[in-house]
Amino acid sequence: MSEPLRGVIVSHAAVAEALRVAVATITGVDDALVPVSNDGCDTGALAERLTAAIAGKPAVLFVDLPGGSCLTSSIRLARGNAGVAVVTGVNLAMLLDFVFHRDLPPADAARRAAEAGGRAIRVPVP
Amino acid sequence: MSIALYRIDDRLIHGQVVVGWGKPLNVRFIVLVDDAVRASPWEQELYHMGVPPEIEVVFASTSEALARLPEWERDPRVGLLVAGDIDTLAALSNDSHRVPRINVGGVHARPGRSPRLRYVYLSDAEAATLRTLAGRGIEVTAQDVPTAAPVPLKDFT
Repeated sequence: MSEPLRGVIVSHAAVAEALRVAVATITGVDDALVPVSNDGCDTGALAERLTAAIAGKPAVLFVDLPGGSCLTSSIRLARGNAGVAVVTGVNLAMLLDFVFHRDLPPADAARRAAEAGGRAIRVPVP
Repeated sequence: MSIALYRIDDRLIHGQVVVGWGKPLNVRFIVLVDDAVRASPWEQELYHMGVPPEIEVVFASTSEALARLPEWERDPRVGLLVAGDIDTLAALSNDSHRVPRINVGGVHARPGRSPRLRYVYLSDAEAATLRTLAGRGIEVTAQDVPTAAPVPLKDFT
């Protein structure tokens, strides 16, 4: 069996670490996600952090916003690399689904996570 | 004045630019001055992704920006110009005499630079360039977001 996918949460400030902790608290899985913050980074420094977090393994990058430095750095790393896929708009629901489906190819895992995250966005009637 | 902010930020177009400054200033066009990005449609597409459709993005080389500054300043819409390094904005300032103030918004750590503020790292040469620009009458301050107080040049160089 191949190595499970790695999830890298890429965010502004401490969002990534907070999401990692939340997933570990809810699921007990604490080795699936790596947080990366863009704090204090120019594009080169953020690329270095991402490269270290991916560590040459198949990965899905979960980015907080659909634009900006976190996304641009992530897409540059994923470009031409079938082992790395990118999802934007990270939320807790998509990460909870991802940690239990890390045996998929990165692109499939990314699509699945995006669907799970999208299903979690609702406006409940009180 | 239609260019409301001349900003140095090595992340170019990102959240602080589009949301932090763009919302309160009601920015309707962003000029990204960077020779490498100007030459790469793929990079331009990347930077476009973070910008809402109501804001136009103009990609310009340094020489194109010099030629088009008067046009942008006549534009009735509010604009924001961002360059990734001090030398680019210094070139625009020196050759056009049209840049009244410079916002140092994000210059991050690299070899040869020392920390000046949380979001500003400068080499001695870069600090000297900013002082030279200020000596020509350009107001140079550091300010990452509009809700923060602008930091006078003398306090970070």
